[in-house]
Amino acid sequence: MLHPEPHPAEVVLLTRRFRLRDSASIDTYLATEGYQAFRKALAMTPEEIIEEVKKSNLRGRGGAGFPTGLKWSFVPRNSPKPKYIVANADEGEPGTCKDRLLMQYDPHSLLEGMLIAARAVGARAGYIYIRGEYRYLIEILDRAIEEARRRGFLGRNILGSGMDFDVYTHSGAGSYECGEETALLESLEGKRGVPRLRPPFPATSGAFGCPTVLNNVETFCAVPPIILKGGLAFAELGTPKNGGTRLFAISGHVNRPGVYELPMGFNLLRMIHEVAGGVRGGRKLKAVIPGGSSCPVLRAEECDVAMDFDSLARAGSMLGSGGVIVMDETTCMVKAAARILRFYAHESCGFCTPCREGTRWLATVLTRLERGEGQPGDIEVVRNVARNMLGRTFCPLGDAAAMPASSFVEKFREEFEAHLEGKPCPAEEVAIHA
Amino acid sequence: MKFSEQTEAKLARLVESYPPDHRRSALVPMLLFIQDEVGAVTPQVVEEVCARLGISPLEVEEVVSYYSMLRREPAGRYHIQICTNISCMLVGGAELFEHACRKLGIGNHGVTEDGMFSLEEVECIGACCWGPALQVNYDYHHHVTPEAFDRLIEQLRGNGLKQRGT
Amino acid sequence: MPEPIRLTIDGRSVEVEPGTLVIEAARRVGIKIPSFCYYEGLSLAGACRMCLVEVEKMPKLQTACTLAAAPGMVVRTDTPQVAEARRAMVEFLLTNHPLDCPVCDKGGECELQDMAFRYGAAESRYREAKHHVPEQQWSPVVYYDRPRCILCYRCVRVCDEGMGVGALGVVNRGGRSEIAPNRGDHLECDECGACIDICPVGALTSGMYRYHTRPWEMAHIGTICAFCADGCKTTLGVYHNRIIRGNNRDRSGLNGEFLCIKGRYAADFPHHAERLSSPLVRRDGRLVRATWAEALALVESRFREALASGAPIGIIGSNHTTNEENYYLQKLARQGLRTPHLDHPRTGDLPALMAAVAGREAALARIEDLYAARAVLVAGADLAQQHPLLSWQIRANWRHHQARVYVVSCGPVREDRYAARSVRVAAGRELEGILGLEESLRTEPELVVVFGEAIQGEQVARLVAFGDSLGIPVKYVCLVDYANSRGAADMGLLPDLGPGYQPLERSGMALDEMLECADLAVLWIVGANPLAGGVRPPARFLVVQDLFLTDTARRADVVLPAASAYEKEGTVTNVCGEVQRLRGAVSVAGAKTDLEIFTLLARRLGLETGPVTWEKLLDEISSSVPGYQVSAAALRAGVPQQVRPPRQASPSRRGKVRSARDTLFTSGTLGRYAAILSAVREAPGELYRG
Ligand SMILES: Cc1cc2nc3c(=O)[nH]c(=O)nc-3n(C[C@H](O)[C@H](O)[C@H](O)COP(=O)(O)O)c2cc1C
Ligand code: SF4
Ligand code: FES
Repeated sequence: MLHPEPHPAEVVLLTRRFRLRDSASIDTYLATEGYQAFRKALAMTPEEIIEEVKKSNLRGRGGAGFPTGLKWSFVPRNSPKPKYIVANADEGEPGTCKDRLLMQYDPHSLLEGMLIAARAVGARAGYIYIRGEYRYLIEILDRAIEEARRRGFLGRNILGSGMDFDVYTHSGAGSYECGEETALLESLEGKRGVPRLRPPFPATSGAFGCPTVLNNVETFCAVPPIILKGGLAFAELGTPKNGGTRLFAISGHVNRPGVYELPMGFNLLRMIHEVAGGVRGGRKLKAVIPGGSSCPVLRAEECDVAMDFDSLARAGSMLGSGGVIVMDETTCMVKAAARILRFYAHESCGFCTPCREGTRWLATVLTRLERGEGQPGDIEVVRNVARNMLGRTFCPLGDAAAMPASSFVEKFREEFEAHLEGKPCPAEEVAIHA
Repeated sequence: MKFSEQTEAKLARLVESYPPDHRRSALVPMLLFIQDEVGAVTPQVVEEVCARLGISPLEVEEVVSYYSMLRREPAGRYHIQICTNISCMLVGGAELFEHACRKLGIGNHGVTEDGMFSLEEVECIGACCWGPALQVNYDYHHHVTPEAFDRLIEQLRGNGLKQRGT
Repeated sequence: MPEPIRLTIDGRSVEVEPGTLVIEAARRVGIKIPSFCYYEGLSLAGACRMCLVEVEKMPKLQTACTLAAAPGMVVRTDTPQVAEARRAMVEFLLTNHPLDCPVCDKGGECELQDMAFRYGAAESRYREAKHHVPEQQWSPVVYYDRPRCILCYRCVRVCDEGMGVGALGVVNRGGRSEIAPNRGDHLECDECGACIDICPVGALTSGMYRYHTRPWEMAHIGTICAFCADGCKTTLGVYHNRIIRGNNRDRSGLNGEFLCIKGRYAADFPHHAERLSSPLVRRDGRLVRATWAEALALVESRFREALASGAPIGIIGSNHTTNEENYYLQKLARQGLRTPHLDHPRTGDLPALMAAVAGREAALARIEDLYAARAVLVAGADLAQQHPLLSWQIRANWRHHQARVYVVSCGPVREDRYAARSVRVAAGRELEGILGLEESLRTEPELVVVFGEAIQGEQVARLVAFGDSLGIPVKYVCLVDYANSRGAADMGLLPDLGPGYQPLERSGMALDEMLECADLAVLWIVGANPLAGGVRPPARFLVVQDLFLTDTARRADVVLPAASAYEKEGTVTNVCGEVQRLRGAVSVAGAKTDLEIFTLLARRLGLETGPVTWEKLLDEISSSVPGYQVSAAALRAGVPQQVRPPRQASPSRRGKVRSARDTLFTSGTLGRYAAILSAVREAPGELYRG
């Protein structure tokens, strides 16, 4: 899964152990500054830790990009309830496969990040909620947890500091929605993956009704270097308000698909052409989904953009989970949109009206269009149904379905019209002549 | 119901992972681990899980019917899950799935007559950069071309027959 | 009182208490925000998205059903964006919903139909095939039709939170989500039908009512349920002089929307095939049909003989007849027939409680106190089985106000699940169990004590003395079994007490004594079945007045067909002493009301002249029975009137107290004639105890 060498443009910080021998073992970890950040954190006050994370401009790597330090600061310090740390290792967003590598090659950095978070908020237990398909990673993580316990980094009275903290893995069983933080908590409590009403937010009432810090795996993995090298150093790697590096999973029609660690704000075109080796077969770039299937698609001409949360928002899309899906000129956009919407219809939990009915409706119409069974008005229906879902569903899954749907039909309308009018698919025409 | 030592050990560890008054938390992983051994979430499994976690059959049904990896009927010895989601689709995931249907002579959710293989078209499995990808039970296979798929099937069939023989 | 919050909705200023939801705040000023999943009293869902509103400074539309009002908040419900969102939600809900309102059971009282009319578009753009799932029957009571379901989860929540049963869940996911019963393909539950009533659409329908008629073709008559003593108001749907359902959708009455299976679906007993339609008299050992004139003449002659000879006459009254009837009966007995031998099947020791709390204005709890009191103690009763409304109230109190609930019982009860303390005792040891809770009870600010037949006689006085010793305000409920058990005792159908528990100079035989007394010239049993156990009728002449040929009626010499509670006017008093008005819903050919029968007999015996109406009798009760100063006007307006304990009262020293220990699916003799109660699969009293 790894290229033999990192690409020269990469800044290897979170991925720096990936190519070491036995990279997942605690010995390798300890030999490469492992648990040093935690030792440092033990000497800091909780406020100092949170301050450092704030300074780093670290923003959540799970999708929404919420400032991590700020999130931690919402945990009520004086609550009498136990507090929990939860790592979101559900990695379900199509186009995203980076947490998998972090856990496979450097599980201890996740544990150390969770430990530091626990120190910052006073938590006594942590859970890694990991998608059921990642069974082999559960085994790797369980081994890492066992090692850490044996070396006194987890358990009671850690390193003689008086701090108690332990981590447990928890398996999902096939549900994209369980990546949504409150659905995840429901699932963690043995229930259907149906999201919870907010407020209260997990910071005040999360796992088992107690204050909880919930972050993406990569977010936690970024914490040890922040503590060790200082928040500012991390912040400086990126762009303003978008600190650090991030793991981009580049998939689709590129010559060198893979997961690359690049500084925040890295140019998307450079990413495709330089880092990922350019578009496959020398074809023309047609479109890119820059942050996982939930993000609005960009036309090729919109791709000269810095890959950080704010720049992409300005470009009308999102950085999301960092899953860069590259499509060349042979890609049928109707087919792509239909496939994406079938995914959301399959994964909608069904709890609220607009998501349950809207995803089904969109998937049905787009699939008909894909098959050449379009009816007049279908394109308007897709745009309108997507608009009616947007911002009106119980959780963001509805938006995640509506945004690709509307952006595909709006930006590639001519292709949808061709399908509707029974003309040959323009993309297939290209494919034949290519 | 009593399960193998390994499974029981896993279940025992699970139950200890949660706050004492949240035994139910073990439900989803417990069902999955038991399914790994039994092959499906059978009515007996539901009953057993109810007893172990002190919850009602309805509460278990709600959960079983929600999660896509939990199933009521056993899959084949080798459960082949092919991702056809966008990243894999772009590099031939859908074609691979169609090829697999033809090769195995079964459709989505089908099981071959000899019970050796079952097939499922699945959503993204987190292998987007290495597609087309599939999982056989829990094992990942990346960059699977139709030819590689055929080789994989032959090899698995060989293993299966060997295991059956011994 | 916390500072009120001031906000603006559609330009109107509204003041509400902190914590009020915007949807409620709007309702307060007459602005209706449409909703499906929001349901007052149940947990919040935010699932249907019908209630979206615009809130200043918030970029997205907000669900008014989950948004708490905040100071200075500016809400708009009348903008084009909101109208568009509502139109869209109706459209979404209709995508998979059958558009067959004309033949749907819910047509005419369907919230989705109303919403589509108010907020929907004239035409749907949905052209895809609908996902069809066959209708399922979950029990004789409950049917589920998935395509009609809009997944508002009201049914799931009312069953779990309201009833404490939790028999419904949600299975599958996404567009395939559906509601499911707790036993795979069927339900095992209270069969109360709350899920059906609360369902806004025709997804859940009842086996009793479905496809019988259209809602607008029925007459709707609000009356009081004829079964247990809780006194729920039920609105009977009557079509062609038949009762085809009961419900309380308008939430009026002391039960709000609560009803159990009996209140909703057991109201068909008046139309049972075995209903008596003419008097019967015994000829040559067999009961044969007779005219009213023949039958009454026979009874008159036997009464006259007894009066002339001075032979004793015994009278056993009913737990089902009205206060006016009971009052009249005791007057007829004591003043007309001059007999002291009067009693009724007693099911709780009301006289003992009245004597113990005599003169204390605030000693009796009302139904609403069970929802409001900070602490409730339930002793010697399985409320979920025997007094489902009380159980519902206490559960709601715990959910909404975190009330502390104490249980003392011989076996598991539903209250255990949330009780602050549950004490298990051997039968007969209930009082000791209560005394053992002293320390905890002492810390409560107030208490309502609900006790069953297990505590009777002098134990009641000890219980009240214990309550006094706690030093906190304590109120009591003495449980009794049937719709007017309380009224029968209050009206003095007792051997040694007159109306209002006033001691009598001359006491008579109690029920058991009458049944054993060989000297009785006439035994007149009104609406009671004391010979059910095979007891031999000792009297020389037995007159029975009832709806059916009961075990007792079978032994009678004359049987007089009586009208049921659903066929008459008058008042009844519930277990908490709340008087409510009965309304006649149907008439059954051949039967006469008990009051009519009493007055016909009285007239024949020369004891009564002018017409006797229930209103006049109520006036008389109001002015003469201690504690019964109720306002007839308020009763007529549907407001329950609680009676007070008399200033002075005596316990009864004769006779026995015996509860029938009914369950949800039994109700003395009457329950046998309600088809649905024996049709359900649940074994009476066995299931759903816990
Ligand atoms: C439908 C849906 C699916 C999501 N899936 C994931 C996921 O698989 N992994 C993840 O880390 N976050 C996922 N998220 C985002 C989480 O809700 C949450 O914001 C995130 O885990 C918080 O961590 P962060 O602040 O470190 O990003 C998902 C959100 C939604 C709405
Ligand atoms: S059955 Fe009725 S009450 Fe229950 S979820 Fe469906 S529509 Fe709502
Ligand atoms: S009433 Fe508010 S979402 Fe249903």
